[in-house]
Amino acid sequence: MSIKLITLIVIVLGVLALAQLVRVYELSSKLRNRREEDITHRDNKANATLMLLFMILSYVGYFYLIAKFGWTGRGEAASLEGVETDWLLNVNFIIINVAFFLTNTLLFYFSYKYVRKPGVKAYYYPHNNKLEMLWTVVPAIVLAVIIILGLKLWNNLTGDSAKDAIRIELFSKQFDWTARYAGENNKLGYFDYKLTTQQNELALKTSATLDSAIRLMEYGSADGTVMGIALLEKKLNDPANIFVPEDREKMEADLDRKTRLLRLLYQMRSTHDAKHDALAYDDIIQKDTLHLMVDQEYEFNFRSKDVIHSAYFPHFRQQINTVPGLTTRLKFTPTITTADMKDRMKNPDFNYVLMCNKICGGAHYKMKMIIVVDTPEDYKKWLAGKSTFGDDYLKKPEAPVEMAVPEAPVADTVQQVAVK
Amino acid sequence: MGAVAHDEAHGHHGHEHHDEGFVSKYIFSQDHKMIGKQYLMTAVFMGVIAMLLSILFRIQLAWPGESSDFLSMFLGETWAPGGVLKENMYLGLVTIHGTIMVFFLLTGGLSGTFSNILIPLQVGARDMASGFLNMLSYWMFFLSSTIMVTSLFVETGPAMAGWTIYPPLSSLPQAVEGSGVGMTLWLVSMAIFIASSLLGSLNYIVTVLNLRTRGMKMTRMPLTVWAFLVTAVLGVLSFPVLLSAALLLLMDRTMGTSFYLSDIIVGGEMLENHGGSPLLFQHLFWFLGHPEVYIVLLPALGLSSEIISTNSRKPIFGYRAMIGSILAIGFLSFIVWGHHMFVTGMNPFLGSVFVFTTLLIAIPSAVKVFNYLTTIWRGSIIYTPAMLFAVGLVSTFITGGVTGIILADSALDINTHDTYFVVAHFHIVMGMSAVFGMFAGVYHWFPKMYGKMMNTRLGYAHFWITIIGAYGVFFPMHFVGLAGAPRRYYDYSVYGEFDSNSFEMIMDLNVIVTVFAIIAAIGQGFFLFNLFYSVFRGPKAVQNPWKSNTLEWTTPVEHIHGNWPGEIPEVHRWPYDYSKPGYEEDFVPQTVPLREGEEEGH
Repeated sequence: MSIKLITLIVIVLGVLALAQLVRVYELSSKLRNRREEDITHRDNKANATLMLLFMILSYVGYFYLIAKFGWTGRGEAASLEGVETDWLLNVNFIIINVAFFLTNTLLFYFSYKYVRKPGVKAYYYPHNNKLEMLWTVVPAIVLAVIIILGLKLWNNLTGDSAKDAIRIELFSKQFDWTARYAGENNKLGYFDYKLTTQQNELALKTSATLDSAIRLMEYGSADGTVMGIALLEKKLNDPANIFVPEDREKMEADLDRKTRLLRLLYQMRSTHDAKHDALAYDDIIQKDTLHLMVDQEYEFNFRSKDVIHSAYFPHFRQQINTVPGLTTRLKFTPTITTADMKDRMKNPDFNYVLMCNKICGGAHYKMKMIIVVDTPEDYKKWLAGKSTFGDDYLKKPEAPVEMAVPEAPVADTVQQVAVK
Repeated sequence: MGAVAHDEAHGHHGHEHHDEGFVSKYIFSQDHKMIGKQYLMTAVFMGVIAMLLSILFRIQLAWPGESSDFLSMFLGETWAPGGVLKENMYLGLVTIHGTIMVFFLLTGGLSGTFSNILIPLQVGARDMASGFLNMLSYWMFFLSSTIMVTSLFVETGPAMAGWTIYPPLSSLPQAVEGSGVGMTLWLVSMAIFIASSLLGSLNYIVTVLNLRTRGMKMTRMPLTVWAFLVTAVLGVLSFPVLLSAALLLLMDRTMGTSFYLSDIIVGGEMLENHGGSPLLFQHLFWFLGHPEVYIVLLPALGLSSEIISTNSRKPIFGYRAMIGSILAIGFLSFIVWGHHMFVTGMNPFLGSVFVFTTLLIAIPSAVKVFNYLTTIWRGSIIYTPAMLFAVGLVSTFITGGVTGIILADSALDINTHDTYFVVAHFHIVMGMSAVFGMFAGVYHWFPKMYGKMMNTRLGYAHFWITIIGAYGVFFPMHFVGLAGAPRRYYDYSVYGEFDSNSFEMIMDLNVIVTVFAIIAAIGQGFFLFNLFYSVFRGPKAVQNPWKSNTLEWTTPVEHIHGNWPGEIPEVHRWPYDYSKPGYEEDFVPQTVPLREGEEEGH
């Protein structure tokens, strides 16, 4: 409280002091018969000098920042693509720095040199077509170079990856990442968001997951956290239950929604081909860290469960948004192992990271995943112990649903509709 | 036509018989000068709020997790328990700061104030084409400002999805609490704002095209008017698209449509929405969003052209090239929006088209810069505060412009997209340049607006603190961005978990940035004091204090309805005959007829 009071007093006193200063200034102007719009020679010169001084100081500041932090504070590029990107970035930096220093220096130098001097009249110089042509054509040529180099690299970066690139899917949700390796067949299993259950967070599509998603929709989860259609109907139909109108509306809406989703699930199951199950069952799902093999090309697919996120790999110089309802992709080939990079950065704490770079909610800033780039031997060692989705899912299927609810008439009718 | 009829009706017998009441003179005024002043005051108010918000979140960024009396004073226990900002409110502050600065200060404030005051005065019209629509435009602006500020006080907080309000984050209250009532208010406020902007813009266009005085050919208009005209055209063509984007978003939020939503599970709930695309919103948003950048910037460039020419006592160099580049920038701004979307999952081929069109904008921009440089070359510069800000604008236009070349290059944008490098870029080119243009305009045309002079010395102090402070804020941000720091992070100490070097660098720079931000904010006190002190107590202005050529300086100092007591002056020459050989004075107003054998300057 006292600090607020002091702040207030300081502000009030400051304003009063300023007012007094201004009045003194006004009085002295009046005495000297000087009008506000007449800028004195002294003021002009002072400002001109300050212009030059400002230029020098800001250049010094710029050089200081470069000397202290380097122009990129994230170390050397750790991927094949990144090396090319950094090269082009350097080329562009040279060009824009030339433009920056040339024009800013001219600006501040002219501002200093051509300040009003008594007796010197400005030079009437309305236009000069040659000059104007010069500074239209020269930037155009420079830009042509920039565009050509840029598009060439852009095509490389966004082009298809090699056939032997390892496929990994990165699944994003508020506020973490999950990686899914394509497994032995190097093909990612299919998915559909409607198949999301506790045991199948990535909504992979197999005959078994379809069944359990349908079961969940019909009967809810065993622990009662998700209400199934049957239970909802039973509750709503039971005359002994009296609900607040809002609650009843909510439950009815929920029931309607689930009924429609269930119909879609049945449709999906009727068209599902069981031979695709194998694609999903050999996938390996990892939540804590993303392990990659050095000098191996990777093809990443991205999905989002809820809102837009952005998969940002600052050290590998790659980035793409993850968009709900859309699969995005990118590729890169890591070239420096984590251990090697720790040495090069002279920082034993260093780790590669995957960050979220699109505002996605309160804990946006915490959404990241550590990436470890291994030598092939270490990578294989790490991979050896990992269980596949199939192992986990089939061994430990969804917790058995309580079938206590006697009949599920809705489910039956829906089933008929769906099959038809 | 209204003003023309008005002109005939009142003709020569002056306008002193208008006995206006307080309400019709100061509140529901239809006079363009009063409306301009109303815009200015509202914008200053909004600007102060937005600046204050930025200081609040800068404190969090520099000293994350530390208790701050300043934060608890403004945000209380709800949003800053124990003086530490809440994560969600951080996003709310960032969102509203951006929204107010871009739309309310730099669109409504900048072009609303100066288009209103200068268009009729500089083209020689008695008033805007429709005074009533003009009044409506201001009051809708006022209403939307009120709603936007109100949204800060909602229990679940203001909109928190960033000023670009990308769905699904902005359409799902389950994803972030600000996407509830806060977001609804944001959308309502913006819808009204857009209506206001359209009414204003249509008025500006009609006035410029129809109400020019005799002799005021299009090629004799001051560059300010050219800039306002093109700005208004951009607004009319692009703002409706934002309105439609906002309406579709509103439907997604309230009526269960799926324009932007597909396959979403949020807060444990499986949504049925299928087939929509979040990318659609981004296309619609940036179809406005990019022209918006030039809606913000062009008026500032127009104002500075006029001020630099006047205070260098030299004609603006390459008048026709300046007009050409304004038109080129205006046209190109419509076909570059995709450069905001290189990494959104948009087809990479489409991306390369946008690289091409975007980099083309650098050409007219370079022409403008070199023309400014040649204008002050061998000039006779008088450093009024307005001139200082105009020179500052050219500098920031360069500094912010060159980094645009990196960001427009899709291959390089991948690594700088959504990092602090972008924040630095657009704050320097859009924030600093446009705000400098606005300050320059206020200092230069204050005598015309209020009939008083602002204090020059305070203006000097204001300029030097502002340029040093603002460069100190935004220049180091490039380095933060190149270190890879994403924007809209609440706390950069997360870097400590994987890269202690970057962590130290980012935290060091964040402290520097915040300290400069606080200095710059305090520096604005000089401006605010100067503005309000001078409105009431400033020394009386003369008719043409800067010895300027344009028509507004031929009107009397005291405002009268209809602007000129007698006939509207006729125009005989372009507005930039400064230091013309053969003339005794170093300026030749537009109303002075050409001498026999004299050629027009351009």
